[in-house]
Amino acid sequence: MSFKTNNKVVQWVEDRLPLISMGHHTLYEYPMPKNLNYLWNFGSLAGFALVTMIVTGIILAMQYTAHVDMAFNSVERIMRDVNNGWLIRYIHMNMASFFFIAVYIHMMRGLYYGSYKAPRELLWQLGVVIFLLMMATAFMGYVLPWGQMSFWGATVITNLFSAIPVVGESIVTWLWGGFSVDNPTLNRFFALHYLLPFIIVAVVVLHIVALHTVTSNNPLGIDMKGPQDSLTFQPYYTIKDLFGLGVFLMLFAFFLFWAPNFMGHPDNYIPANPLSTPAHIVPEWYFLPFYAILRAVPDKLGGVIAMFGAIAILFVLPWLDRSKIRSCKFRPVARIFFWIFLANGLLLGWLGGQPAEEPYVALSRIATAYYFFHFLILLPIILPMIERPRELPSSIHEAVLKS
Amino acid sequence: MKKILIGFYAAALSLTSSVALASGSLIEIPKQEWSFQGTFGSYDKASLQRGFQVYKDVCSGCHSLDLVAFRNLADLGYNEDEIKAIAAEYTVEDGPNDEGEMFERNAIPADRFPAPFPNEKAAAASNGGKAPPDLSLMAKARHGGSDGDGADYIYALLTGYTDAPEEVPASTQRQFTGLFDFLSYKLFATEEEKKPIMEPLELGDLSYNEYFSGYKIAMAPPLSEDAVEYSDGTPATVEQMSADVSHFLMWAAEPKLEARKNTGVKVMIFLIIFTLVMYAAKRKVFAKVH
Repeated sequence: MSFKTNNKVVQWVEDRLPLISMGHHTLYEYPMPKNLNYLWNFGSLAGFALVTMIVTGIILAMQYTAHVDMAFNSVERIMRDVNNGWLIRYIHMNMASFFFIAVYIHMMRGLYYGSYKAPRELLWQLGVVIFLLMMATAFMGYVLPWGQMSFWGATVITNLFSAIPVVGESIVTWLWGGFSVDNPTLNRFFALHYLLPFIIVAVVVLHIVALHTVTSNNPLGIDMKGPQDSLTFQPYYTIKDLFGLGVFLMLFAFFLFWAPNFMGHPDNYIPANPLSTPAHIVPEWYFLPFYAILRAVPDKLGGVIAMFGAIAILFVLPWLDRSKIRSCKFRPVARIFFWIFLANGLLLGWLGGQPAEEPYVALSRIATAYYFFHFLILLPIILPMIERPRELPSSIHEAVLKS
Repeated sequence: MKKILIGFYAAALSLTSSVALASGSLIEIPKQEWSFQGTFGSYDKASLQRGFQVYKDVCSGCHSLDLVAFRNLADLGYNEDEIKAIAAEYTVEDGPNDEGEMFERNAIPADRFPAPFPNEKAAAASNGGKAPPDLSLMAKARHGGSDGDGADYIYALLTGYTDAPEEVPASTQRQFTGLFDFLSYKLFATEEEKKPIMEPLELGDLSYNEYFSGYKIAMAPPLSEDAVEYSDGTPATVEQMSADVSHFLMWAAEPKLEARKNTGVKVMIFLIIFTLVMYAAKRKVFAKVH
């Protein structure tokens, strides 16, 4: 480490707790590949979204009441009577969506450039853990306003666990803390919704430690071989991240100030009513691809397995993709199938929002089958047989000079 | 309990098997122009005041407005004395007093609008078994999530009491048996076959409304020509009253809309400058990189 100081106080602390040199190393001199494109902005954007969610969430928790009789009106009190409460709540609501947008782009970037391959397997898996924790947190957060979609969404999703043979019903009762989604459910969801973000922070720290051990991947997918291939984090990537943040926030501000309810569901402005089921129970948009997979399987247990399997498969992706070449830039066939996979994922998302009837059911089945085909057959079996990768450049520096 | 079970069953059903296409999805709500839409949108105070008059004279007989307090009427352009006078027209229950008795008193600006019925059961009993919904969030609780959608819905509903037709699109439309069936329908079905399946309309005690999901609504047409006499002399047509009360209910649902859009413009100007400066700095820093 190249951190040196003449300040005696800093040196005194440094000799006992190397905090400042750690920060210096992480945020200042940490070497990044010099050929990163703007898709590498989304990690820091996701981090920004996480911090925003925690800060606004803590402020909201100071005004929110987790009780079935009071939750809905306490949210409306925030919207109407708390100073700038509408702003804090709309930021929290919309940043949840933008957090998922950033994370989905971050994941797709990882898929395209092979960022999950050796030596980054654990880095990738920690990311999948963060994604899972985010989904759980977002689901429980959506329940808190105790509107119609909150209640019925909670009912449908918790009921999934009843598909587990033998113990399913008992598990559902245990999750609810009673015999239906009720006050104990709301209370524990609030407690967990407050807890999980801090666990996410802990896993993010591990994610970053792993990242700094193996360093960032890059669009060429080849390793940095020396200082001529890299740039220090400060000033190059601090400034690039800040510019990206500006663009991200402009898009966010558009939704926040001019269409704050666009990504929500109008039924959630109706107080929860256990006696009246909404015509369509639809989860938040970021769950729709997985909801489509759930509904595609005619059997309930099968659907639940398929849905969790769709995420679990990401854990073993580093070993399913057998190509040694990371970046799809040099994989002519994998590149085409990446875009088909992405289109298929978007199709699944659209299908998840449609009613469970034909032709959507048949299409969901095809799209679900393709999702698993991509990971289980295409990547490990077909691609190694038919693909001839292009020649890799010898170094990042050389490739950058040529272009 | 039985109803809860039915609810769970319906929820489980929507997961695993097909749900009938609600006839509601065949209904298109026409778009209206509202002053609160757009980048700099703001409420039209004159319309809000007229809309409040419609709510007070017509809607409030059956519909509560639980989340709105008299003090909020300042947004409509009323001054403190006017608000006190409006509040004083209502009585609210307060207490218990020092003797332990509940008592009635005139409302003050800090009170919320009192509900027309003491509870939901009473509201249902007086209205043919169906309690009229609270209107505080109606403009955000219906139809889409974009600017003014809910106001469009309320306007459409209030002006949608037309003469009842003999038959209406059925609640269950053509169900496809699979992808092939769907494609052959899309490609080869004649115009005649593509028409929605109709069923005879039996109203009973209900009213026909062309914009209400299922076309049968428990609320009898609430507005008629000159149902209110506007204090500003605007002719009280059904369209005018519907537009005004929709405007008012949009405000009731989203009272901070003007603050939101004003803040948005400022934040956006800041973000544009911030982003341009960052872009220039980024260009400068990276200019030396080869």
